[in-house]
Amino acid sequence: MTTATVPPPYRSDLKLGNDGFVQLLHAEWTKFRTVRGWVVAAAVAVAVMALISISAATGGKGANCVNGKCQRGPSDPIGPYGVSVTDSFYFVHQTLDGDGSITARISSLTDAIQPDPQGQGGAPPAGASVPWAKAGIIVKQSTTLGSQYAAVMATVGNGVRMQYNYEHDVAGNLGAASSASPAWLRLVRSGTTLTGYDSADGTHWTEIGTADLTGLASTVQVGLFATSPGYNDNQYVFGGLNSDSFNSLATAQFDNLALGGGWSGDAWNGDAIGGADGQYQQTGSGFTVQGGNGDITPDVPDDDTARLALSGAFAGLIALIVIAAMFMTTEYRRGLLRTTLAASPRRGRVLAAKAVVVGAVSFAVGLVAAAVSVPVFNRLWSPDAFYPVGALTEARVVLGTAALLAVVAVFTLALATLMRRSTAVITTVIILVIMPYFLATTSVLTPGPSDWLLRLTPAAGFAIQQTIPRFAQLTNVYTPTDGFYPLAPWSGFAVLCAYTAVALGAALLVLRRRDA
Amino acid sequence: MEATIEVNGLRKRFGPTVALDDLSFTVKPGSVTGFVGPNGAGKSTTMRVVLGLDSVDAGTALIGGKPYRSLRHPLSHVGSLLDPAALQPSRSARNHLLWLAHSQGLSAGRVDEILETSGLERVARRRAGGYSLGMRQRLGLAAAMLADPPVLMLDEPFNGLDPEGIVWMRGFLRSLAAQGRAVLVSSHLMGELQGTATHLVVIGRGRLVADTGVSELIDAASGGRVALRTTARSEAMTVLANAGATVAVTGPDTLTVTGPSSERIMALLSEGGVPFSEVSAHRATLEEAYMELTRDSVEFRAAESGFVRTDGEVAR
Repeated sequence: MTTATVPPPYRSDLKLGNDGFVQLLHAEWTKFRTVRGWVVAAAVAVAVMALISISAATGGKGANCVNGKCQRGPSDPIGPYGVSVTDSFYFVHQTLDGDGSITARISSLTDAIQPDPQGQGGAPPAGASVPWAKAGIIVKQSTTLGSQYAAVMATVGNGVRMQYNYEHDVAGNLGAASSASPAWLRLVRSGTTLTGYDSADGTHWTEIGTADLTGLASTVQVGLFATSPGYNDNQYVFGGLNSDSFNSLATAQFDNLALGGGWSGDAWNGDAIGGADGQYQQTGSGFTVQGGNGDITPDVPDDDTARLALSGAFAGLIALIVIAAMFMTTEYRRGLLRTTLAASPRRGRVLAAKAVVVGAVSFAVGLVAAAVSVPVFNRLWSPDAFYPVGALTEARVVLGTAALLAVVAVFTLALATLMRRSTAVITTVIILVIMPYFLATTSVLTPGPSDWLLRLTPAAGFAIQQTIPRFAQLTNVYTPTDGFYPLAPWSGFAVLCAYTAVALGAALLVLRRRDA
Repeated sequence: MEATIEVNGLRKRFGPTVALDDLSFTVKPGSVTGFVGPNGAGKSTTMRVVLGLDSVDAGTALIGGKPYRSLRHPLSHVGSLLDPAALQPSRSARNHLLWLAHSQGLSAGRVDEILETSGLERVARRRAGGYSLGMRQRLGLAAAMLADPPVLMLDEPFNGLDPEGIVWMRGFLRSLAAQGRAVLVSSHLMGELQGTATHLVVIGRGRLVADTGVSELIDAASGGRVALRTTARSEAMTVLANAGATVAVTGPDTLTVTGPSSERIMALLSEGGVPFSEVSAHRATLEEAYMELTRDSVEFRAAESGFVRTDGEVAR
């Protein structure tokens, strides 16, 4: 065989474009969109997420849907912030016109938990008490339910407080009131500004706080009040909460009542506001005021639009976990990774491009599902049916849910890089993310373990869907089942992001070191 | 930058197995270099190392003087076909080439162009999972040629081809070399490279066995032997042996003579009055030359190990 003359080296005249991250992204996006199964799965993710959200909405708390319009039970009074409130107490009041003040001393505050009148729930447990049983002085716009107020009060378990307009609660300087250490309370009205004070001796006064009650009328109702929320004996059993409710009656002894300013001088009126129990007795300069079966607080916040409308996120997430796992494991299974890395030898960039693609797809799935389910949800329900959380919070929940899907998808991708087998990856992510969410939010577990699951596992990220505020002064069941996550929205989301960052770091290290 | 593959002192172990053992060779432009060795000799590993896919314990592999991982638009420097089955089955050929093209900043137009030249146009929009091995080989070649690289590296491209395909592939490889490209083609069957490769890199057990031109190798393997056909076998043997030649009987009327040239043999026989019908220089086939070379370094012998590995991979 003869050796032919060697031709000149080959020169291509092909025009090459850039060779940057954008091109790599374009390549990975092309990979994604050209596998029909993945595109279909993304569409399925949108569909199941929207469907489950909508069906959860029609079966939601107290739902009563007729002809495609759902209502809640009898409506609660609406407070000054447009939010439904509990406004129920025994009120001994007079009219005050213009500026003025009221001072009173409480020498005793007790609460009595009433046995269940039907005898079904048995007796309350020994030593039970109602820490938020309260009595004190109050300035209230009128006796209309939900009207503005400011109050300074003694409580059974939380010391002296100043509270106003249902949502605000400021701690005073004194502890529980008793004959040995009575609590002196003072409330001064100046225009729309109310200032609360307390004192241990009636001489030395300390300011607790001020409340600006915008639009407070000149003529207001001022006086003494007492009320107490009920006592709930909560037992967590497998499958749910077993709660026995008992009414409670707060009894307070007032004396040293002093009025200043434009008082009417009329006789005191005793009224049970908002269906509360109670009565009062005047003995000389002293008053005994009893009130119960009520409270002055924000309403027990129920679910809101944004959260309920996205309650199917976990279902969409399962589909996205499968997609994200496959997006990486098929590279390994077919040996396609060699082609990918030959085309783009910078491996960190390949991982980044893949993460951006699955993250963006998942984010889009979350947004589209919200765009479908939130309007449907709003058509089904009247606007006042749910706790209005505000546009900012709604935006946080909608975008946050989309971000939750995106971050879990990236987490899955990172684990897929490490584990290389789709079944193993999908199982792991479902155990780490979906299972804790289910166990914690479906009352399979008691609140303690539920809270820890939602603190320690990547499922903590679901806290981004938390909307309804938690009020210290409101006795309520704050468990994941009721939509209360143990971590604040962004803290929970940060836990998920931390898991994802660690997994991505490990994936990067392994991908760089391992032979392809 | 000259279009070459330079492999220098590569060493790599997979656990206790030595995959590459101080392997060095160079692939030059303008010729087809056959990369030959028995299954498990380290051919695929070497190619993965060249592409920066596998790490090495020692040594360097350079494309035009640069490590693969430092190349921009790497597919415009080296086109490679490692495994024609490395495809997402539900993705079409066109879409497979499309994402590759996007990764190099190439347009969809280039994809259509390469589909046309590789004869895949008709099936380009079908799922790659349904392709025959031959079609996958074509798609793999199309991917290798996508960015029109001056260096090509093909792992067992003859696998799964029908005889017609083999002839086509030989012509295709020769044409690439004729354009001035450097072409490295691995094969565990030497016969496939006959008439295609002009240079050979032979390895066994990860070690270089030969790095030589094809014609030099055949000359060496032929070893100056001459085939002789005669009806007077014993007379011929006597005459030639007396003249110092080594004679071997290869048939009832054939002998193989080593030592004197064919002209000298004819003269000796004529002098001695021995009749003969044919004297021809014995020309070894590439296959024979290769067998001679690798006799000592065949790693997996059926007789020793009880089986013959066929996937050409070292167990990991």
